[in-house]
Amino acid sequence: MLLEGWIYVCEADAIDEEDVIRFDSGSRSFAIYRSEDNDYYATDGFCTHEKVHLAEGLVMGDIIECPKHNGRFNYKTGQAKKTPACEHLTTYPVQVTDDGKVYIQID
Amino acid sequence: MSAATGHKRDYSLTGPERLRAMEKGLASAQWYTSPIPRKRLKELMQRRNGPAIRDTLIWFALLIGTGVLAFYSWGTWWSIPAFFIYGILYASPGDSRWHECGHGTAFKTPWMNEVIYQIASFMVLRPATPWRWSHTRHHTDTFIVGLDPEIAQPRPPVWRIILMEFLHLYGGPKDIKRMILHCFGIVDKEQRTYLPESEFRKTFWESRVYVLIFLSVIGLCLYAGSILPAMFIVLPSFYGVSLMLTFGLVQHLGLHEDVLDHRLNTRTIYMNPVFRFLYWNMNYHIEHHMFPMVPYHALPKLHEELKPDFPKPNRSVWETVKEVMIALIRQGKDPSYTIQRVLPATAQPYKYRPTSEEREVTDTMGRAL
Repeated sequence: MLLEGWIYVCEADAIDEEDVIRFDSGSRSFAIYRSEDNDYYATDGFCTHEKVHLAEGLVMGDIIECPKHNGRFNYKTGQAKKTPACEHLTTYPVQVTDDGKVYIQID
Repeated sequence: MSAATGHKRDYSLTGPERLRAMEKGLASAQWYTSPIPRKRLKELMQRRNGPAIRDTLIWFALLIGTGVLAFYSWGTWWSIPAFFIYGILYASPGDSRWHECGHGTAFKTPWMNEVIYQIASFMVLRPATPWRWSHTRHHTDTFIVGLDPEIAQPRPPVWRIILMEFLHLYGGPKDIKRMILHCFGIVDKEQRTYLPESEFRKTFWESRVYVLIFLSVIGLCLYAGSILPAMFIVLPSFYGVSLMLTFGLVQHLGLHEDVLDHRLNTRTIYMNPVFRFLYWNMNYHIEHHMFPMVPYHALPKLHEELKPDFPKPNRSVWETVKEVMIALIRQGKDPSYTIQRVLPATAQPYKYRPTSEEREVTDTMGRAL
């Protein structure tokens, strides 16, 4: 089912529990997360410190750690939690449909 | 002017090379990473407290043990080897613990990383906050001239500085001078290129604590009428750094500058278990630069995963020191001289390799490629 104003990302089970994947749409890149308790979240794909894909980082509880410099964010709120990451991430609404498809709203 | 034309380049962070690197797209660029299954990488990235607690206890026990021997040997010839060993055990693990805890990967528990980071930063006389940001820049722009503050030597090398550094007589006073400036709320021009203003306050207070410790040690020496107290704290950061410097020099020197593939500008070296303990597996240096969030205890396993995509590692520290010395001597005459790492047949090709017109490129035996 195509939700109006939402963009299809992937099947829900394509993301492992407590993990993150990269999703590109046009020239933009996003990081899509699945938490320990099976909720889904989305943020900008790049660390706000340097241009590094967060999807290559490590999810630890509510935290995504940048793979390059150990900068940390709360991926549920986008809040920067540890230097060198100082600026917050933008977060985006995520929906998972009954038939197990993940959508995000980016505008 | 670039090394390609044989002219001396400006390695400062505030000179023309900075702009040149940015124009060439070398600043904060996308680096090559070797293929590794995400699941396996995630396993290797997992933090653990156990190995670092064990290694830290061993390190402190060794320091106390050799410290006691050094204390009782004071005034005899035996104090020379005793303090030499104490100094090596003070500075070399100090450097690697500073490094790994700075990355936040040594321990799983963040405060443990921070405590050891602060202690080790003092031991190697690197003010904790500016050096954390300096190292961040080193990882973003590894060996990009004008951007990386941690390029160990320019081309051609300055031998006077290399020799002085075996007693930390170049970098040590430079950092102490910066600490004193920090005490008065001054950050120098170079540091301002990588240290954000939001970190200034923390930097000033850290340096004030360091300077207070220095003054206390000096006061203790005056009170005791002997330099013995300083032989245990502060002075080992000078007399004990020879092995630490050797490990530092062999990480990147002689290899490519201004490339976006760590296989071209970084070495992996096989080391004996004692050196690996002191250096916390940082001999797996290409692996570390490519995936800096993999903890030190998982680097040997990461090496096994990535080996087919990497050039052959150097077989020992000694072999590497010879290789680096030959390269530095050659760079003294020809700054464009560069060692080229040959990839195995199983490897992906280099993402970016300067053409032979840009550089004279040789293999590790000095043969032109």
